Amino acid sequence: MIVFEGVSKFYGEVLGVNRVNLQIAPGITSLVGPNGSGKTTLMNLMTGLLKPTRGRIRVLGISPNDPEALFQKLGYCSQFDSFPRGATAREFIEFYLRVHGYTRAETAELAHQALERVSLTEAADRKVSAFSKGMRQRVRLAQSIAHNPSVLVLDEPLNGLDPMARAEIIRLFRQLADAGMYLIISSHILHEVDMMSDSVVLLHNGYVVAEGEVHGVRDEIDEHPIQILIRCDRPQALAARLFEHEHTVEARIHDDRQGLFVKTRRPDDFYLLLNKVITELNLQVESVGPVDDDLNAVYQYLITSDGGQTR
Amino acid sequence: MSSASEIREQSAATNVNEPNAGKLRASSWSLWGRQTLAILNLEIRKNFLSRRASLLYLIAGLPLVLLSLLALFPPPTDEMANFSEFSVVYAAIYGGLILRTLVFFGCAWVFMNLFRGEVVDRSLHYYFLAPVRREVLVVGKYLSGLIATIVLFSVTTVGSMLILYFGLFPSESGRYFFEGTGAGQMMAYLGVTLLACIGYGAVFLLVGLFFRNPIIPGLILYGWEWLNFLLPPLLKKLSVIHYLHSLVPVPMSEGPFAVLAEPTPAWISVPSLLLFTGVVLFLASVHIRRMEISYAGE
Repeated sequence: MIVFEGVSKFYGEVLGVNRVNLQIAPGITSLVGPNGSGKTTLMNLMTGLLKPTRGRIRVLGISPNDPEALFQKLGYCSQFDSFPRGATAREFIEFYLRVHGYTRAETAELAHQALERVSLTEAADRKVSAFSKGMRQRVRLAQSIAHNPSVLVLDEPLNGLDPMARAEIIRLFRQLADAGMYLIISSHILHEVDMMSDSVVLLHNGYVVAEGEVHGVRDEIDEHPIQILIRCDRPQALAARLFEHEHTVEARIHDDRQGLFVKTRRPDDFYLLLNKVITELNLQVESVGPVDDDLNAVYQYLITSDGGQTR
Repeated sequence: MSSASEIREQSAATNVNEPNAGKLRASSWSLWGRQTLAILNLEIRKNFLSRRASLLYLIAGLPLVLLSLLALFPPPTDEMANFSEFSVVYAAIYGGLILRTLVFFGCAWVFMNLFRGEVVDRSLHYYFLAPVRREVLVVGKYLSGLIATIVLFSVTTVGSMLILYFGLFPSESGRYFFEGTGAGQMMAYLGVTLLACIGYGAVFLLVGLFFRNPIIPGLILYGWEWLNFLLPPLLKKLSVIHYLHSLVPVPMSEGPFAVLAEPTPAWISVPSLLLFTGVVLFLASVHIRRMEISYAGE
């Protein structure tokens, strides 16, 4: 497990993260939040690039203050886009594998495997300075996985990648996670997080506002209303009828006047009621479905709600 | 045992549930040696081939160009017409230009940039994310700076001496270097250059680690080294130049205002410089161990 116990980090007076308590299991865990929410700080703390002001971190039982042990097991693909001048992709990866202590032969083999994993074998001997942003991103990814770590920390790894490369890299992440690795990925592209994550940690202003499986997070706020959109021919009549139900918190007519947004605290009861009302009013219903059963909506709800800081 | 299997075994031996489990890893000298060589390999390339290296080449090449011009267009002075005065002329050039200025600023440029430059380039994290002891990193980087400065300033030392002597008095110089004391003096100057790189390298490694903008402390140090001849004997000992000055083969007059002090014998100077370097590397390692990487504001 990767464990954060009461971890806080302040940059002077400025808060980085505060009172973070987390236990991260194998699989893909996404750190989600807007810029400045503390995602990179959390990753840098995990990898020892930053020291916590308070609290304790253990990565597979190893302290980030013990780099000799930690980086046998951990790879970090940061956002910093810098490479030695004139180095090819292969040379770049080999340089740092040699720093690990591998022999020339082992280094060559591991570098080749890593380049193959990110589909860069053909460009391996070209200078990185001539690469596109997406290719450089893949080189850094290859460098971080070259020593076959058990924990892979990736800061916005899909930035700059074209859709095909994104799909390939997400597939690679999935393979690594299925093989038992820990992948901690930061992102603000919620659609991708939704697609690939086993669990998410939602961050806002340095606080963990929620954590768990994507749907688990949704369950966490079950006590709070969810929003349902009913596309129908007479939304006003429906709204009037639904307001009689005690769990209807809010009803709002859609701008095109062909639908109704309803917030309810009891979705199951609400759907039963809705069926009844539709029959009673003989409504022409086009569709019924939750508006916000995705991470974006959950995230927006949590960070804008007064009760959002659930943890 | 191959290194990879060694590393894997070390990992396997690590019980991740135990506190300080990482410390159980074998701290083998052979692994550190390989890691030092890997760091050296990368850093030497940077020191010789990066954009920053061009200033170093300029600094190291300056006396060669100046002395070539001097050999081509000798000024009509008595010193330049008299071969027997040449050892004093070279001592003045070496002490004033090469040692106190060019080696000083060359070392400042190389060693302050070993860590500072990587922070500016946002590349230091690659080393910090490798399973390498910080001490190994400090030693590897320091050695790479040492190799770069020693190679370049040895060429400067030898080249400027040969250009000066052979450019003006080729036949006398041939006898001086092959039959006389010239070769011995050249070796002595080379030794002083080497020790200067070691001493100034250590100082500037530390300055680069502790100061975000090392220019001001660098200039203060430059002033301190230049004004060393005015300092009382005890303070003189708190400078690198004092120990180097006592090792140059041709003693130089420091002028009428110099505060005289007993020169430190070589058997004290050399170990003192090496001990000082060792202490500095230790302090640098301690600092690097506690160092955080936040490129913001760089």
